[in-house]
Amino acid sequence: MKTVDARGLSCPEPVLLTQQAVKAGTPVEILVDCRTAQGNILRYAQEQGLSASCRETDEGDTLITIS
Amino acid sequence: MNWKERLWIVAAGLITGAAAIVLVVLGNPSNMGFCIACFLRDIAGAVGLHRAAAVQYIRPEIIGLVLGATVMAAARKEFRVRGGSAPAQRFVLGFFVMVGALVFLGCPLRMVIRLGGGDLNALVALVGFAAGIFVGTLLLKGGFSLQRNQKQRVIEGAVMPGISVALLVLLVAAPAFLFFSTEGPGSMRAPIAAALVAGLAVGALAQRTRLCMVGGMRDAMMFRDFHLLLGFAGIFLAVLVGNLMGGTFNLGFEGQPVAHTDALWNFLSMALVGLGSVMLGGCPLRQLILAGSGNSDSTVAVLGMVVGAAFCHNFGLASSTSGTTLAGRVAVVIGFAVAAVIALANMRKEK
Repeated sequence: MKTVDARGLSCPEPVLLTQQAVKAGTPVEILVDCRTAQGNILRYAQEQGLSASCRETDEGDTLITIS
Repeated sequence: MNWKERLWIVAAGLITGAAAIVLVVLGNPSNMGFCIACFLRDIAGAVGLHRAAAVQYIRPEIIGLVLGATVMAAARKEFRVRGGSAPAQRFVLGFFVMVGALVFLGCPLRMVIRLGGGDLNALVALVGFAAGIFVGTLLLKGGFSLQRNQKQRVIEGAVMPGISVALLVLLVAAPAFLFFSTEGPGSMRAPIAAALVAGLAVGALAQRTRLCMVGGMRDAMMFRDFHLLLGFAGIFLAVLVGNLMGGTFNLGFEGQPVAHTDALWNFLSMALVGLGSVMLGGCPLRQLILAGSGNSDSTVAVLGMVVGAAFCHNFGLASSTSGTTLAGRVAVVIGFAVAAVIALANMRKEK
C-alpha cells in the first residue's frame, strides 16, 4: 500500500497529494498531523465516494486509510 | 458530519457579514466592518511604523480575531505550535500580499464586503483575485511547496497572542507616544468593546470552520470542493442584505467609499493578493487565525504584512480614493516578479 507523508504541509497540499495517490490506485494511507488536513482529506474521500478510516499513531499523528 | 460542517461554515460567513455591517453602523468606515489589510495598516500607523495621519489606530478587531482563534483552538485542543516552513519567504509573500491589498484598498474579506455594498470595482477585483488563485493552483499542481513545518516550543506559538494582548493594553491605556488618527478612516471606529467582541466571535468561528477567502475558490478549482466557498457566500449574503435593509446599498463604480475606479489595477493588485495567498496557504484573515492558533509561520507572514503596510504608506504605494500611484503600480509588478522567483525556487521534484 502506498503511504503519503503529508505532515507539516500547508493547505491544500495534503489533499493534493491524496488526490494524486488515489488516482494512481487505492488503497492509500496518508499520514497527517493536524485536524485541518484530516478534515479536508476525509471530505475529499467522501465526495469521491471512497471509504476512509482514521487511527492515531504512536507519535500522535493520524493515519488515514482510503480504500 | 457533512451537513453539520456545512451549517457551521455558512453560519460563520453569515455572522462575519452581519458583524461587518454592525461595526459600520457603530462607527467603522463604510464597507470596512472588517478589513485585515486596512486594520493591520492602521496598527502599523498607530505604533509609528508609518506617519500617514489618516490611518493610525490600534484596531480591536484584529486583537479579537487573533485571541478568539487562540481561545477556540485551545478549547478544541487544536493549539499546535508549528513553524519553520520557509519563514523568510513567507514574510516576503506577506509583504507583497499587503502591497496588492493596499493598491486595491482592501483584503479579500473587504473585497467581499465591498461587493455586498454594491461596489462594482470589487467585482473587477474579484475576477483578478480568481485569476491569481488559478495561477496559484497551477503552481501547486506543478509541485510548489514551501516545505514542511516542524514542532516548536509553546512560547513560539504564544508570540502572536502575546502581541495581541500587548496591543490591547496599549489601546486601553492609550499612552501619548501612540498615534491615533483624529480625521480620516483611522478616526472612524466602532467602540472598543464592540469591535473586540466582534473580532473575538469571528476569530473563534473562523478557527472552528477554517473560513478562508482564498481557500474557497482554490478548493473549488482544484478539487471541485465548494465547502469554503459557502463561507464566502454567507459573508456576501449577510452584507448584501444588511446594506439593502440599511439603505446603504449603492450599485456602481463611482463614488464608492474608500475605493478607486482604476479597473486594470484593481484586477492586477488582487491577482497578486490571490496568488500570494495561495502560496502562503490562506488569505490574510486565515493567516491571522493560524497565527493565533500556534502557527509561527503565519505569525511571520502577518509581520510581513505589517511591514508591507508601513512601506506602502511611507513610500506612496498605497492607493487613495483618487486612484493608484505609479509607485504602487510598480510595486505590484515587482510583487509578481518576486512571487515568480519564490515559485520557481520551491518546485518539488517528482519522486
